[in-house]
Amino acid sequence: MNKDKFDYFIKGEKNQYEVIIGLEVHAQVSSNSKLFSGSATKFGAEPNSQVSLIDSAFPGMLPVINKECINQAIRTGLGLNAKINNYSVFDRKNYFYADLPQGYQISQYKNPIVGEGKVLLDMPYGSKEIGIERLHLEQDAGKSIHDIDPSNTFVDLNRSGIALMEIVSKPDLRSPEEVNAYIKKLRTIMRYLGTCDGNMQEGSLRADVNVSVRKVGDKKYGTRCEIKNVNSIKFMQMAIEYEARRQVELIDKGKEISQETRLFDVKKNETRSMRSKEDAHDYRYFPDPDLLPLNFDKKLVEDLKKSLPELPDKKKERFIKDYGLNSYEANVLVSEKEISDYYEEAAKASDQKLAATWMMGDLFAMLNDKGLDISKSPISAKNLAELVQSIKSGEISGRIAKEVFEIMIVSGENPRKIIDTKGMKQQSDPKELEKMINEIINKNKDKVTQYKAGKEKLFGFFVGQVMKISGGKANPQLVNEILKKLLKG
Amino acid sequence: MSELTKKNLSEIIDLIKNKDIKSEELTQLYINKITKSKKLNAYITTCFDHATQESKKFDKNPNFNSLLPGIPLAVKDLFCTDGFKTTAGSKMLENFIPNYESTVTENIWKEGAILLGKLNCDEYAMGSSNETSYFGNVINPIAENTVPGGSSGGSASALAAELTPATIGTDTGGSIRQPASFTGTVGLKPTYGLCSRWGIVAFASSLDQAGPMTKSVKDCSIMLEAMAGFDKKDSTSIEKKKENYSKNLKTNIKGLKIGIPKEYRVENMPKEIDELWNKGKNILKDLGANLIDISLPHTKYALPTYYIVAPAEASSNLARYDGVKYGFRSSKGKDLIEMYENTRSEGFGDEVKRRILIGTYVLSSGYYDAYYLKAQKVRQLIKKDFDQNFGKVDAILTPSTPSSAFKIGEKANDPISMYLNDIFTVPVNLAGLPAISVPAGLDKKGYPLGLQLIGKTLDEQRILNIAFAFEKNCDFKNEVENWWS
Amino acid sequence: MSIDKDKIKHISKLARISVDSKKSDSLAKDLTSIFKFIEQLNEINTDNVEPLSSILNTPLRSREDKIDDGKIREKILKNSPQKNEEFFVVPKVIE
Repeated sequence: MNKDKFDYFIKGEKNQYEVIIGLEVHAQVSSNSKLFSGSATKFGAEPNSQVSLIDSAFPGMLPVINKECINQAIRTGLGLNAKINNYSVFDRKNYFYADLPQGYQISQYKNPIVGEGKVLLDMPYGSKEIGIERLHLEQDAGKSIHDIDPSNTFVDLNRSGIALMEIVSKPDLRSPEEVNAYIKKLRTIMRYLGTCDGNMQEGSLRADVNVSVRKVGDKKYGTRCEIKNVNSIKFMQMAIEYEARRQVELIDKGKEISQETRLFDVKKNETRSMRSKEDAHDYRYFPDPDLLPLNFDKKLVEDLKKSLPELPDKKKERFIKDYGLNSYEANVLVSEKEISDYYEEAAKASDQKLAATWMMGDLFAMLNDKGLDISKSPISAKNLAELVQSIKSGEISGRIAKEVFEIMIVSGENPRKIIDTKGMKQQSDPKELEKMINEIINKNKDKVTQYKAGKEKLFGFFVGQVMKISGGKANPQLVNEILKKLLKG
Repeated sequence: MSELTKKNLSEIIDLIKNKDIKSEELTQLYINKITKSKKLNAYITTCFDHATQESKKFDKNPNFNSLLPGIPLAVKDLFCTDGFKTTAGSKMLENFIPNYESTVTENIWKEGAILLGKLNCDEYAMGSSNETSYFGNVINPIAENTVPGGSSGGSASALAAELTPATIGTDTGGSIRQPASFTGTVGLKPTYGLCSRWGIVAFASSLDQAGPMTKSVKDCSIMLEAMAGFDKKDSTSIEKKKENYSKNLKTNIKGLKIGIPKEYRVENMPKEIDELWNKGKNILKDLGANLIDISLPHTKYALPTYYIVAPAEASSNLARYDGVKYGFRSSKGKDLIEMYENTRSEGFGDEVKRRILIGTYVLSSGYYDAYYLKAQKVRQLIKKDFDQNFGKVDAILTPSTPSSAFKIGEKANDPISMYLNDIFTVPVNLAGLPAISVPAGLDKKGYPLGLQLIGKTLDEQRILNIAFAFEKNCDFKNEVENWWS
Repeated sequence: MSIDKDKIKHISKLARISVDSKKSDSLAKDLTSIFKFIEQLNEINTDNVEPLSSILNTPLRSREDKIDDGKIREKILKNSPQKNEEFFVVPKVIE
């Protein structure tokens, strides 16, 4: 899919519509303990085993903030090129729900810890900047389980109080593709920073999606609907497609779009109104009197800035400049920190361009096939580099290399050892090859005559014969040269 | 031997230290007295077995160096006590048994004190007469059918009736000082942040403070010393060294500047209160203090401000009582939302519900700026009034309450007249300052009245000293006759 | 501001407290007089006043990122009006 022009529009009866999308991403902060208590944050623990008296809101319990969560929010803000607010305030967002033990969520409303920033997306039609409105810290809620008992709901508070970063984008996204790229980019940045593991299956990354439509050319935004808590990129894309069409259909019918919260039904592939939540929408935010305003000095921000790793945009630039990669290759190779580390290790010990080709081709295909992360790759970066070097030096051919690669997957062995023990080294001695080729010519005089008479296709036959006799080890380039020379003679 | 319970805490401590009495005997004296005083309804829960056991343990292995060696005492039922029912005076928590101990009570147990029981209070500390308690009215021992004040009414009543040698309460808008004034006892609200709020059932987080209630100023200094201290579990706890209030107590107040705020002479204030205030001024003047007229211009707005800020915080603090994790749950209701609505309707009393609704309203969309934000701005002005004057004076002297104890039911149907009880105490909470109420005299009915000394932030020692000097020269005798047992 | 029965209905819904119509009248009367009292604040001009954000002037203290709590399920569930071995149990939510 290589489009060089943006073309995501919804066709109405009379007009074309563009889709305006803003995301509120909830990213779980990577930390050992919760935002305001010392309970663990590990995924998949026994129900209610990672719950303190604070997380379950016993009378008289008070919050004390986790320093690391503040640092993680600042790091993420820096990674998003955002303004860090030295003064921020924790507010209470009041509403009742079974998995919200305090009856309020501690969040940040008017004064978030991080202000405006931006994220750069690489789209097929060029790069695009997405504005970040703000990032704030807040508590996660627990989990209500509706499907164990027919008449009751079960409540597990393990997640209650885990730190989340809510990252609010400006309404700058225009298509499901851009949403995909945006989420992946956010995820990449946070994984580089180590501030969120980005694991969508475990719920570490979820999003509320704001969708509206407007006639192409219009300046004013339409009425938006918020689709709550979608936890996979695919579902987000499906929900956006559905919701945008629904809104265009309403406009076509001359109906109003009401600003509301909607739920995406995965099974039916549609969004529907959550009317019951509407009247409870008055959250009565006010500063949490159990906490003081958060105030830190510039030095903390400076220190954190100094300790940040190289981020994907910078790394991409460097890969293009230092390793001669094209933009596409560089993009792929910086998409995960582990991938870029692997690549750099391989590239430093071999041909940089060829290493990239092998990684993006055979290595990724194999990992994908086996469902493995690069950190679990049976072929180490060092071994891949040696393999690439063996090709580059002409020691083995690309075809032999693929055989060596297959053996490496199974045995995890060093390619040098495989080539040596299996005698897979390429035959590159011109004298030996000349001798072999002369023998073939002598045995096939008739074919030589036909070739000379103009049946050039027969060249392939001679190459095949050489490969057959050499067991595939003859250096193909040399074979070509020598064959051409001798067949002329 | 019953003479013994008449004694002040400091005297009883001396008797224990001198081995004139054992902790177990002392404890038994109080147990007997409490058992005969049910009419006052001061206790919600008694822990006699626990107290007896602990006193025996103390006697076996006494530590006389602690501040409260083997002293049995009861606390307001707002402090969570590990293994003992903590009700906050509410049906909502009627059967709630915490498995944790509030920092403040933990601190006094560490100093050798022993839990006798939990004292009645207004529901969630919301009230000024102890009439909002789910567990019934508390009687003021000074006269039948009289309220002890509130919300720490059970504490004040038990103290005045000698059912505990000292006690602790909480003060959000006057809940220690007003009942102290009504019962002829001493009550101190410390600087916001001096005593940890961890483990105390919350009413209004930015105003709540625990403090001592005692029979004398010296007792008050001992108790404060035992209670106070930095607690890392409370983000609003002040990080500072512990002070020896009792050791540093002194009567020399010569040259101290005492502010007399003109705004505390309110309309319709009984003449007796004014006279009492004058008596206080004269005593301090005779002791060598300089009286300085000051103005705290926003005093009048303290109560309206309080009735926005406190209910707003309470509406949120009390959202956790929803019938899910602990406490009362209504059996009515077909789904979760109905369960909530019925639980909270049946579990909370009228005053609590009224305040939750006020708080919900002032925070709700469209009204936040007009009420809550406005109140926080006025609160700033009230604080500034104090800040500016504390450049000129060392402490401020005012009456504690605009009246003496009133009859049960007298103000029950008029919330505003009930709220006006706290008119002199509320500004102090809004500004986070320390203040002590000391008994100063009796009105013509023979009911006690108190005067309030307001100090600078963390200047507890100074107001204790002034109160100590005042007490020595005031010649106040609280003559409580035992009519109830 | 006078508080009528509709307002009572709205805020009692927000506060999740059911109020029967008998009580609603007296509550409306009480709250009206309380709000009249509160609205004395409108006498003061506060245009240039910063709202008080905290009575303490100290910065917010933070704690180290250590796991030192949790693993007390029995304690957590003990006081619950309805529970099983692992969960709090509540009536179904009807959307």
